[in-house]
Amino acid sequence: MIQEIEFTLNGEAVTCAVDVRKSLLEMLREDFSLIGMKEGCSVGECGACSVLIDEQAVDSCIYLAVWVDGKSITTIEGITHTDGSLDNVQQAFIDAGAVQCGFCIPGMIISSSQFIKENPQPSRDEIRRALSGNMCRCTGYQKIIDAVELAVETK
Amino acid sequence: MGTNEVVGHSEQRWDAIAKVKGQAQFTGDFPFKNLLYGKILRSTIAHGRVESYDISEAEKVPGVVKILLPEDLPQNKYSTAGHPWTLIPEKQDIRDRTILTRDVRVYGDDIGAVIAKSELAAIKALEKIKVTYKEYPVYITPQQAMADDARRIHEERDNVLASSKVGFGDVDKSMAEADYIIRENLSTSVQQHVHMENQIAVAYQDADQRWTCVSSTQIPHICRRIIAQAVGVSWSKIRVKKPFIGGGFGNKQDAVVEPLVVAMSMACNGQPVQLALTREESIAYTRTRHAIDYNFAIGVKKDGTITAIDCDVISNQGGYASHGHAIGGKGGTFINAIYKMDSLRYTAKTVYTNIATAGAMRAYGMPQVVFALETVMDDAADKIGMDPIDFRMMNRRPDGFYNAMSNVKQINFKVGECLEKGRKEFEWDKKMAASKQYKTGVKRRGLGVAAFSFGTAVYPFGLEVAGARLILMPDGCFKLMLGSTEIGQGADTALSQMAAEAIGVPFKNIIRDSFTDTDIDPYDTGAYASRQSYVTGFAVKEAAEKIKAKILTRAAKMYDVRTEYIDIIDGNIIYMPDGERLATLEDIAMSSYFDMKDGKTITAYSSVNIHQTTYASGCTLAEVEVDMETGRVKLLSIMNVHDSGKIINPLIANGQVEGGMAMSIGYGLSEGIRYSKEGRPLNNNLLDYKLPTTMDLPKLEHAFVETDDPLGPFGNKSLGENPTVSPAPAIRNAVKNAIGIGINTLPLSPENVYEHIQAQQKGDVQNV
Repeated sequence: MIQEIEFTLNGEAVTCAVDVRKSLLEMLREDFSLIGMKEGCSVGECGACSVLIDEQAVDSCIYLAVWVDGKSITTIEGITHTDGSLDNVQQAFIDAGAVQCGFCIPGMIISSSQFIKENPQPSRDEIRRALSGNMCRCTGYQKIIDAVELAVETK
Repeated sequence: MGTNEVVGHSEQRWDAIAKVKGQAQFTGDFPFKNLLYGKILRSTIAHGRVESYDISEAEKVPGVVKILLPEDLPQNKYSTAGHPWTLIPEKQDIRDRTILTRDVRVYGDDIGAVIAKSELAAIKALEKIKVTYKEYPVYITPQQAMADDARRIHEERDNVLASSKVGFGDVDKSMAEADYIIRENLSTSVQQHVHMENQIAVAYQDADQRWTCVSSTQIPHICRRIIAQAVGVSWSKIRVKKPFIGGGFGNKQDAVVEPLVVAMSMACNGQPVQLALTREESIAYTRTRHAIDYNFAIGVKKDGTITAIDCDVISNQGGYASHGHAIGGKGGTFINAIYKMDSLRYTAKTVYTNIATAGAMRAYGMPQVVFALETVMDDAADKIGMDPIDFRMMNRRPDGFYNAMSNVKQINFKVGECLEKGRKEFEWDKKMAASKQYKTGVKRRGLGVAAFSFGTAVYPFGLEVAGARLILMPDGCFKLMLGSTEIGQGADTALSQMAAEAIGVPFKNIIRDSFTDTDIDPYDTGAYASRQSYVTGFAVKEAAEKIKAKILTRAAKMYDVRTEYIDIIDGNIIYMPDGERLATLEDIAMSSYFDMKDGKTITAYSSVNIHQTTYASGCTLAEVEVDMETGRVKLLSIMNVHDSGKIINPLIANGQVEGGMAMSIGYGLSEGIRYSKEGRPLNNNLLDYKLPTTMDLPKLEHAFVETDDPLGPFGNKSLGENPTVSPAPAIRNAVKNAIGIGINTLPLSPENVYEHIQAQQKGDVQNV
């Protein structure tokens, strides 16, 4: 069954006729060619597919596409400024050396960006808890947590 | 070193911007027209034979294009192991598998495949295929598979697929000279790589009628050879392209999906087919770290002298040989590399069982053997009442020791310096004294240490070749082409720094590529054995020196000066006698492209075969708090110290150390695949397989004993895998120091520790 939905995607009003069985991740990757979000587990364990839905970080692999009707979505592509320049969270991830293979990084940046908005002066322990739903095998998370601290300092 | 000082600086990795923007394209991110989707039909038993398939219902599923049974595909036997090919038949990997099989050796074995127009249709069809089996007894442990009445898992070969014995001296005599013999049994767990990107590959027939496979592989050139052998075409008929990879850690050093996906495309007239594993498949049905059992003895005198080490190894290979005995058979050399002893005996068997096939995983057998060695070393130190660091210091191999087992002179071997630095920076003595306040009650604290030695690349056991190509571009930048593989570790950036350093240009002048392409890039065996910064480093250095010489020759002619008076510094041609800038590199480059009379573009190529290695070393110090009521081990602090020569890029190097420590902390405390007695994996998902999260790791402290290794291309030696070696045994020793119980099975999960505490309280376990 196909359902027509309207929503805001990275600041732009869009419509989509979407198969009701599709996940938000599938719709974003297949229908909008936004490939920044990755599929690491398909069941909401790893956080590689994180997006913001009405300013809340969500695993898009376990969120049905049709549920975003009327909502506002931000993907990693929408974090980069419209002039192509990097957001300070993205820059902090680079400067802190938080990027290795990079597969988890879009999800990490999505979660971090929203967390910093809600908690502009977080402790290291609070950062740890905020990112506990985003898995990474390369870094041991240390430089990722450093990056969030750096993003807070450079805001 | 050099004039440019690019090496040794934390240059920004070239791919970082693309990765933070979500712009970096991994295998699953490329668009293909008319893409088909492959899925693997997996056995639901661990040992037996498929008697029949009923595909009638599955064929009716709309969108199904093909259902493939073992007989439909080439029957060539091959090995998935990503070793360089060898011309010596007896050294070749054991070829014990076909692309699909009716003979089931592991749960989830590849017994068929479906190709459909959508992934959903393929999954629906899989569910409708009915399979009947003849079932055989299932062997989870090597002991079961070695029993007299055990059935052969592979008809043509004994379940003990290889055995070896190495060493020196007279172990029995040396043991008799010891005051104490500490003999223990140890077992390591089945760790899995859990790279965040699962295995994925796409194959299609290209315009020239050859087969292209885009794959998340660590070993593009070797992968090409394995695909060709498996599908039965000559090697040049296959082209492998590797885009960005979401981690590998050794798992993608096996060609697990590539032969099948190429065979699938061949079965569909060359239409592109994608084969993407799920997380559940990747954890359960790809490769793992070998679970190894050790019977390990150390003979020690009261003064701390080690008389003998006697180690008997049984390595659980799982259902297929893959990297086989290369892992379990390897430890003897590295025991000899690190400690003095009169005699050593290292016997090893690698045994087929019906659990998942074990293969390469970061540090390739070293985490297992060092867990055994450093456990028993620590218990020996306790036995004679010596400080564990002092005991290791007095027995360590000196710098310059000639290791007869590997024919390697261990020049610049700094394990002693690592232990000393660790003792000081970790504040070992202060923390040890403080921990004495916590030896009773519910929360008990203790400290532990473990040390290790580590090779760089695989010489003299295997081939070590690499190549590099440099092209001078019109603006004075250089395209650096490599057959080596960036898998997230930062190799591309480190190798680009080396090129910049050797040519004499800023780092930004070197341009890399997200792809490694077997048609275009020089031959290099790929990412494993912490080899690339060393072996490929030599290739980069040679190509850079060649292109520099060509540029200087041209500049000398253009400016009518002798070549030996000019040099390239920071991208300029400098007349050295007075420091005058004769030209920019761009001037020379533009002339090389466009001068009517003398225009001739400048490129350089290198191909190296490296007949040397250099041993790295290091140690971990750990402090834990054990909850006696729950068995939970809390890691209070941990530090790695590394002797890895010159650090090419400190920020990237630190990232390697932290990631490696995290992986070994998981190995020590939480990770491991569990199997039912029927051989079914029980926890192949990220909820039940306990990968460390942000909440599970303490501050990861680290330090380097940095040296300019006299042999390394830029003073460097191995680093990528090394940090994964010693944290787990250091944690084990710290737990023993805290609660007085030496636990010799991994992981030290709350359950495992609790059971040991309970057993001790009931008097079942003898204290060490």
